[in-house]
Amino acid sequence: MSIVSAIRAEISKLLTTRLWWILLIVLFVYVAFVAGILAGVFGALANTDPVEGAPAPVAPGNLHLIVYSSATAIGYVFPLLLGALATTSEFRHQTLTPTFLANPNRAQVLVAKAVALAVVGAVYGAIALLGSIGGGGLVLAITGQELHLADSETWVLAARVLLAMALWAVIGVALGALIPNQVAVLVIVLAFTQFLEPILRSLSFIAEWTAQVGQFLPGAAGDALVGWSPFTAFAGTGVVPTLEWWQGGLVLLAIGLVAGLVGYLTTWKRDVT
Amino acid sequence: MALPTTIDVAHLSKNFGAVAAVSDLSFSVQPGRVTGFLGPNGAGKTTTLRMLLGLVAPSSGSATFGGIVYRDLPRPLATVGTALEASSFHPGRTAQNHLAIYARAAAIDPSRVERVLRQVGLAEVGNRRVGGFSLGMRQRLGLAFALLGDPPVLVLDEPINGLDPEGIRWIRVFLRELAEEGRTVLVSSHLLSEVQQSVDHAIIIAKGRLVYDGTLDGLETGARVDVDAPDRAALFAALSAAGVVVEPAEHGFTAAAPAGFELSAAQVGEIALRAGVPLSLLSGEKGGLEEAFLRITGVESPPDTAEATPERGRA
Repeated sequence: MSIVSAIRAEISKLLTTRLWWILLIVLFVYVAFVAGILAGVFGALANTDPVEGAPAPVAPGNLHLIVYSSATAIGYVFPLLLGALATTSEFRHQTLTPTFLANPNRAQVLVAKAVALAVVGAVYGAIALLGSIGGGGLVLAITGQELHLADSETWVLAARVLLAMALWAVIGVALGALIPNQVAVLVIVLAFTQFLEPILRSLSFIAEWTAQVGQFLPGAAGDALVGWSPFTAFAGTGVVPTLEWWQGGLVLLAIGLVAGLVGYLTTWKRDVT
Repeated sequence: MALPTTIDVAHLSKNFGAVAAVSDLSFSVQPGRVTGFLGPNGAGKTTTLRMLLGLVAPSSGSATFGGIVYRDLPRPLATVGTALEASSFHPGRTAQNHLAIYARAAAIDPSRVERVLRQVGLAEVGNRRVGGFSLGMRQRLGLAFALLGDPPVLVLDEPINGLDPEGIRWIRVFLRELAEEGRTVLVSSHLLSEVQQSVDHAIIIAKGRLVYDGTLDGLETGARVDVDAPDRAALFAALSAAGVVVEPAEHGFTAAAPAGFELSAAQVGEIALRAGVPLSLLSGEKGGLEEAFLRITGVESPPDTAEATPERGRA
């Protein structure tokens, strides 16, 4: 079986159930809403005179980038969930049986799934950008801030958002292979991304060496890849160490590859009974 | 349809931990007829079929299609069509999309989807979500998946399970037709009566081992013989010496062939004659196929129907 057939089949699998567009709608609404709030808060801050002696919370010229980056900063959990649910649903509904009957090359199936999710993940990135630039941009305009839509920096950010969202979807696939129990993977993804990682990241700012470690946390690496994040904007004044954008991308890729390989060896290759 | 192909199983074994699910199983399945793969629940039928299809790795031995293992088949779905009992569908996907996905994965002409849906009588409901399908409809959809690649070999695990009487009649005729087209058809069941009318050849396993490989008629002649004589001690000695399994019964003795052999009333009479023991009773077992099946598989009471529970309790 050719890898092209395998990828096309995997994309069809995603598009023939309702999950993908339900998640996509929630992603758009959520990102647009949060980007709007952020734009409002930052816009208001930028319009007030800074408190005497205190550093400006956000360099005023980068406001728009921070607002637009909420596409990944808060949206990355959606492609991650889509990937994890796509893989675990094969276990849950026992569709691994027809899948492996149609294509007994199991490694190829897993790679095809990762590629398919990367494509759909990038589409999620595009919709999330529509949300963050649409929702955030609207409020920025209302509060009298520049939108910088024609800036090359804005477009670089957009391209990196697409890449980051694609990588998050691949990590989702890998996590699903590693933890085939759908409920378990859902709980782990939500608990880690929404609760554990933000706490760890905040704690990592305490000392310099913890901050050095903290920049390798998946969410931090993702933010590094995109280059901007409301999270780092809030966290402080630029002393937080951050990976280069390409290093952030490599960290995400490495997480996906390692989790995927271990998942392949431990669950994907197992007997399908 | 591609060229006719045999199924060849040689010394196949599978251990799950300390449990031997399948032990040294060898048989072959020929094209042009319906072969029943029979045995009580837990005999190892499904494990054997899944090893055949590359879904479960054998502990030892081999299972091939004309000498080629499943994962090495250049076009697996166009060579072997499979409907496994654990019918696996995403409930939120339509029947059409379900088939289209695997047609795409296996590079099969998409027009086959409509064709096989018509063939199994699901053309009307092709655009409905599988979640709302009855067990019978799911069985038909499983069969449609098996037919997708127009394969010369069909492996069907409990395809009759869950069908209504009309569906059972339909599938019997359908299996016949498939075999008459020259296909190799292997149909598993835990109930002999279910497939009795449709199979030409039976492979019976019990506790993971082969116990019978032959025609159904042959199975019946292997049945027990009721026998008695005024001199019971002499009769017992003569039959035992001939290797016959003798058990006391109300009417005298019940004589049975050791596993793998057949025994007729005529043979029992001959043994008695040679030993000079006059008989007072000699009667071939009237229990028929089902009785023979239960005896050969070592199940005394009728097999339980737990496997026939329609819903699998998955949302």
